[in-house]
Amino acid sequence: MGIEGVGARVARKEDKRFITGGGRYVDDMVVPGMKHAVFVRSPHAHAQIKKIDVKKAQAMPGVVGVLTGKEIKADGIGNLICGWMIHSKDGTPMKMGAWSPLAVDKVRYVGDAVVIVVADTKGQARDAAEAVEITYKELKAVVDATKAIQAGAPQIHAEADNNLIFDWELGDAKATDAAIKSAAHVTRMKIVNNRLVPNAMEPRAALGHYDKAEDHYTCWTTSQNPHVARLVMSAFYNVAPENKLRVIAPDVGGGFGSKIYIYPEEIVCLWASKKTGVPVKWVADRTESFLSDAHGRDHVSTVEMAFDKDNRITGLKVDTIANLGAYMSLFSSCVPTYLYATLLSGQYNIPAIHANVRTVYTNTAPVDAYRGAGRPEATYVLERMMETAARELGVSPAELRRRNFITSFPHQTPVIMAYDAGDYNASLDAAMKAADYAGFTRRRADAAKQGKLRGIGMSCYIEACGLAPSSAVGSLGAGVGLWESAEVRVNAVGTIEVLTGSHSHGQGHETTFAQLVTQRFGVPIDSVSIVHGDTDKVQMGMGTYGSRSGAVGMSAIVKALDKVEAKAKKIAAHLLEADEGDIVIENGEVKVAGTDKSLPWFQVALASYTAHNLPAGMEPGLKETAFYDPSNFTFPAGCYICEVEIDPETGTTEIVQFVAADDFGNIINPMIVEGQVHGGIAQGVGQALLEGTHYDASGQLLTASYMDYTMPRAGDLPSFKVSTSNTPCPGNPLGVKGCGEAGAIGSPPAVINAITDALGVVDIAMPASPATVWATIRAKK
Amino acid sequence: MYSVNYHRAASVSDAAKLLKNGDAKLLSGGMTLIPAMKTRLAAPSDLVDVSRLKDLQGVKVSGKTVTIGAVTTHYDASTDEKLKKACPALAHMASLIGDPAVRYKGTIGGSIANNDPAADYPAALLALDATIVTNKREIAADKFFKGLFETALKEGEIITAVSFTAPAKAAYQKFRNPASRYAIVGVFVAKGKDGVRAAVTGAGEDGVFRSKEIEAALAKNFDVAALGGLKVSAKGLMSDIHASADYRANLIAVMAKRAVAAANA
Repeated sequence: MGIEGVGARVARKEDKRFITGGGRYVDDMVVPGMKHAVFVRSPHAHAQIKKIDVKKAQAMPGVVGVLTGKEIKADGIGNLICGWMIHSKDGTPMKMGAWSPLAVDKVRYVGDAVVIVVADTKGQARDAAEAVEITYKELKAVVDATKAIQAGAPQIHAEADNNLIFDWELGDAKATDAAIKSAAHVTRMKIVNNRLVPNAMEPRAALGHYDKAEDHYTCWTTSQNPHVARLVMSAFYNVAPENKLRVIAPDVGGGFGSKIYIYPEEIVCLWASKKTGVPVKWVADRTESFLSDAHGRDHVSTVEMAFDKDNRITGLKVDTIANLGAYMSLFSSCVPTYLYATLLSGQYNIPAIHANVRTVYTNTAPVDAYRGAGRPEATYVLERMMETAARELGVSPAELRRRNFITSFPHQTPVIMAYDAGDYNASLDAAMKAADYAGFTRRRADAAKQGKLRGIGMSCYIEACGLAPSSAVGSLGAGVGLWESAEVRVNAVGTIEVLTGSHSHGQGHETTFAQLVTQRFGVPIDSVSIVHGDTDKVQMGMGTYGSRSGAVGMSAIVKALDKVEAKAKKIAAHLLEADEGDIVIENGEVKVAGTDKSLPWFQVALASYTAHNLPAGMEPGLKETAFYDPSNFTFPAGCYICEVEIDPETGTTEIVQFVAADDFGNIINPMIVEGQVHGGIAQGVGQALLEGTHYDASGQLLTASYMDYTMPRAGDLPSFKVSTSNTPCPGNPLGVKGCGEAGAIGSPPAVINAITDALGVVDIAMPASPATVWATIRAKK
Repeated sequence: MYSVNYHRAASVSDAAKLLKNGDAKLLSGGMTLIPAMKTRLAAPSDLVDVSRLKDLQGVKVSGKTVTIGAVTTHYDASTDEKLKKACPALAHMASLIGDPAVRYKGTIGGSIANNDPAADYPAALLALDATIVTNKREIAADKFFKGLFETALKEGEIITAVSFTAPAKAAYQKFRNPASRYAIVGVFVAKGKDGVRAAVTGAGEDGVFRSKEIEAALAKNFDVAALGGLKVSAKGLMSDIHASADYRANLIAVMAKRAVAAANA
């Protein structure tokens, strides 16, 4: 592998600029003449807009424009859309309510954008925003999805009766009901997956610049997928045709899904730039992010799991209500359907599964994909059920899981997915060994002597990465294809630029992608640059989310490298007067195998551009493009074990041990993979123990700052024990599976299983804060 | 933040004069006022900065009497060798406030003048039976803290120092709000020459208060065992998204026991 090739722990090339303040984010961008925008947002969760008076604001110092929803409509800018069509089980299409970039007649959540104010300084824009007079007529609000679908609930969109967006199903209802009816044992639970606020370190931002002379727009934005942003803004929002719109996502400080979507602000900034004649920059403050970033999770499920007399699962029935908030965000419909119900087989052989999912509008921030997106919700359902079932059946949690593991591959589940490879016993064994599972009884007794309650919990998760293939997702309703592109440009002196449609916002692509090139040609990693995030540089791409950049993005690079290698070998064979098949490229040299004949890599590159002596008919240059459309998802899996110690006097939970044993397929950079797992576990522990999103009954977000919303801190986490035992993925050329979301998917049920084990209760709500744990202990007494 | 006129006072009397400007506010560490101004929740016309007045800085110990200047930072209080000797519980309490940045800027005078219901110093001063010294008078802690963000301070009155008699034993135990890390419950217990006093912050609907139940239990026997049967009533305690009144009542008892154990350690 070499010290910089595939499998090496290469330090991240991008970190020097990040940790020395050299990163360039949207807020660092300055365009001559640039002005600053502030959005006036709804203070009400549900209200009619009676009147908007902007006169006073327009007269304020420094103000260059105060613009409303009526004006954006009049200019033909379209409504925001959800890009994945789901049909209800009765065949009707999902009921998508109109989402105007600036609210026109009605506001539907606290934070809904109503007016944009543009001024010389941000302070002036803020002053003028306070002078905008909006008359509202307040309406009754509903924030709880289970209440929103009841008769008589406030109607949020005219398009969706009783706030029901769709009522969808997957699987065989009859077979599942029959399995439950004839079961030796049925475990039943109501399972709640709490709403989360993503909290990327960098708040969202947009800078829109309309160049009148060129009739051309540029948008700098905090996006995980700038090409999709351009496509959607061109095709659906009529901002500008694609050739007149450049979207740049420079350094982006974390996304976790929340920066996949096209939000109102970037559309409005672009439009406002043309309208006012000045470049317009908007940067969210933290509370604005809490209010208006797409939130995650928020499911309520009723679940039944049937077992035969040998403790084999015979059926799983899941009825889920998913809160999608006030509007359908870009991928909101696929998260609780094709990214959720399709994973309900987990690591287990389950002959019959039926899932029913109702998605619901409420007067809350829109909900969309957040690290894991549907898969954490599915894993939480399954792994909480397995734990409860094991306790009810009187068997060990590990034994029940082993009894039901899928052990032969490929495996077709009853819910679409065809697993290609895996070894679930291997990760369970590795995790139990690392956790000294056998020694737990002694540790529990020791803790009891100190007055502490100790518990242990496991979670065996599976996820599906790299949504694919495009033809399949298209048939399921996706509005886009899910391939990736790459271009490998070898410069005349042999240095290499890789242009990728993936986008790095913390994942370390500049390092791992370069490792592929170093591995292939033996050139130093510093001679390889990764270019991404600019629609003028990279022709097209689908961006980074769903742990797709390894399996899909890197596979595209491999395909382009194949083409470059083939051409370089042809040139070398010609120059060295050897057979093409005898040429090998290694350590920066192009050699004829078995001889001492060789050329330095740069000389082959140079020859391709001087074109003085190329094989007959060959085009000059050494640059190749590839598009890669995978044949299937990849299926990372693993086993997580969490051990907790609870202080019953205060309800405080300490995580005393956390073990992760993952199967990610082949690994390019183990250090980066471990970092991804650490971050994912931190977020999963955050969900399980700390992060609670509270709206009051009137729809005010009570947790809109770090004073009230608890983010995980280093002190909340133990030193993780992580390991991998890998089965290569047969579906892509690198054998990689993806690791970006695993930690967030696998950890919440492990934590809650440990806490319920410690307390001797069936369930506890997430986040299991000290107050909640204490109340649970008290209720048990 | 709205625009504001900033004044650096040359002396306490100068500060008193400057405070007569418009809707002026005193600025000490600014750990509450500045964030409130940044979010436009506070909008004073003038700020009168007293944080650099030398007369108001530092800890003095004379016999059993401890005097802490009003603009002494939490960091200086927590690391002052004289205070650590005279009343280690208070130095320890100061070390638990906020984070290092807050401790380097925040001051004792600012904290008690603001009287945040979850601040630490009010509990300590109440339990220590401290005297709050202003440019006009001396006020007993029992009379000083008047409810949520309310104190006995009159218009234009400036805290210059806090003084108290070092207790024989004392300790502070805090249970933090997981998000803000302010106290959900903080209990300061002190055994002084006039008996045992115990004050609770973070929990009361009317802000900091003395717990009669704890004081009564400890009056005869300043020992954890004396709190064995302690039942704290949830009446008058706050309920919010972080903690119910019942939970706070429980934490008061738990923190009291831990504080007594620490004081006796």
